[in-house]
Amino acid sequence: MISSAVKTVDLRVDRGGREVLHGLTFEVPRGEIVGLLGPSGCGKTTLIRAVVGVQIVKSGDVTVLGLPAGGADLRRLVGYATQTPAVYSDLTVLENLRYFGSVLGAPRDDADRVIEEVGLAKERDQVVATLSGGQLSRASLAAALLGTPELLVLDEPTVGLDPVLRQELWELFHELADRGVTLMISSHVMDEAARCGRLLLMREGVILADDTPGALRAHTGTDDLEEAFLRLIAEREEARA
Amino acid sequence: MKLSITLATSRRILAQLRHDHRTVGLLIGVPTLLMILLRYVIDNPDAFDRWAPMLLGVFPFIVMFIVTSVGTLRERTGGTLERLMTTPLGKLDLLLGYALAFGLLALVQVGVVTAVSVTWLGLDLAGSIWSLVLVAVLDALLGMALGLFASAFARTEFQAVQFMPAFVLPQALLCGLVVPREQMASWLEWISAVLPLSYAVEAMLELSRGDEFTSTLARDLAVIIGCVIVSLMLGAATLRRRTA
Ligand SMILES: Nc1ncnc2c1ncn2[C@@H]1O[C@H](COP(=O)(O)OP(=O)(O)OP(=O)(O)O)[C@@H](O)[C@H]1O
Ligand SMILES: [Mg+2]
Repeated sequence: MISSAVKTVDLRVDRGGREVLHGLTFEVPRGEIVGLLGPSGCGKTTLIRAVVGVQIVKSGDVTVLGLPAGGADLRRLVGYATQTPAVYSDLTVLENLRYFGSVLGAPRDDADRVIEEVGLAKERDQVVATLSGGQLSRASLAAALLGTPELLVLDEPTVGLDPVLRQELWELFHELADRGVTLMISSHVMDEAARCGRLLLMREGVILADDTPGALRAHTGTDDLEEAFLRLIAEREEARA
Repeated sequence: MKLSITLATSRRILAQLRHDHRTVGLLIGVPTLLMILLRYVIDNPDAFDRWAPMLLGVFPFIVMFIVTSVGTLRERTGGTLERLMTTPLGKLDLLLGYALAFGLLALVQVGVVTAVSVTWLGLDLAGSIWSLVLVAVLDALLGMALGLFASAFARTEFQAVQFMPAFVLPQALLCGLVVPREQMASWLEWISAVLPLSYAVEAMLELSRGDEFTSTLARDLAVIIGCVIVSLMLGAATLRRRTA
């Protein structure tokens, strides 16, 4: 049994002629919910793309469930929800999920299961183009839940959702983690950090911290994770000066 | 590649078309309307008999080129391609899924235009109608495959639409539709000899002349099929699992 779900070693990525990830090394244990946090433009999406294997990587290794990222054997095991919803706007919610389901080889009734899970039962037969922003991102999230993924990589899945829905989705994420699924969830809302088992704090293409929320609080001497993040940055600046 | 995924992809594309009545209406209505227009502009049954089959080869080509280049560009920019590339879907599944769905659509398009031409417009076809439909559907597939390839070089839908005149109009000018190829300057004739649409039009011309399955017709069909396969492979090469 391989213990880590994701493992990177000195991962470097260039985008638009510039290095945007500067040698990331970290491990995500199996069955864990890992929050990927950091300011806009720090490289969360780029890292996520490298993990699901759609990003051209300059150097370094990315291993997912013990296999090189993006390999054919992983494609059934990794669920991915992109930051901008990726569903067909001219199809209904059900048609979209039926299609992604058959591509993944999921059973036919799986579409209805994930529609329930993201709370879109009423919108099941609605054309995606007519969904509200939050409904649209849930439709896209639902596609990542199809089949039986062992790793879920979700790029800001809760953006634009109200507190009740966010609460429900986080309950779902925890249920999945209890079943042994590993989740890697990006966000730049700090209040979601507390719901994660581990946190990866990023800034400008480097990892500032890779720890549990509790350890971070203890290390920075504050209960507020947002404050902890700011203190870590200040600590870094001092060390550099 | 997996048959169930290919078929699911065709079904998905056809479902998208089903939601878009206007596009389907235009796809089938416009060529029919143009054919009717042609019939009465020429107003000479013999000349119409020569022109109509050639146009039946060119219409599906142009239409499928546009529909596919815009459609695949939407997959690229809309993020669905990136998502599909993380799933077990193979590049060939996607390409053949498109080919199957649009091939079917082309069949309907060509069927309607041919039916209207033969009945109402009095088209007198010397060759067999089935060969004509076969050539027209192959032309549609050729347009589809080239459209797929062209879409890789467009970043926006504006650019994709501009590829139509760039890819298609030179071929339409050089394919022998406007001026017979033998009458062109030799360098133009040489260029036209490497453009696939020339063979499509030549095949249609053969069909309008007689009902024998001539060796020219056989060669034309082979060239078109070859071009479809090559463009599909070029199209596949432009679909990348990893991007910058
Ligand atoms: N296609 C691209 N070409 C050039 N540069 C890019 C491209 N995509 C992203 N970048 C740059 O790479 C850096 C990291 O971007 P990335 O999308 O990974 O950030 P992010 O942390 O996900 O931000 P956000 O929270 O706003 O989604 C940014 O500086 C961005 O401008
Ligand atoms: Mg991002």
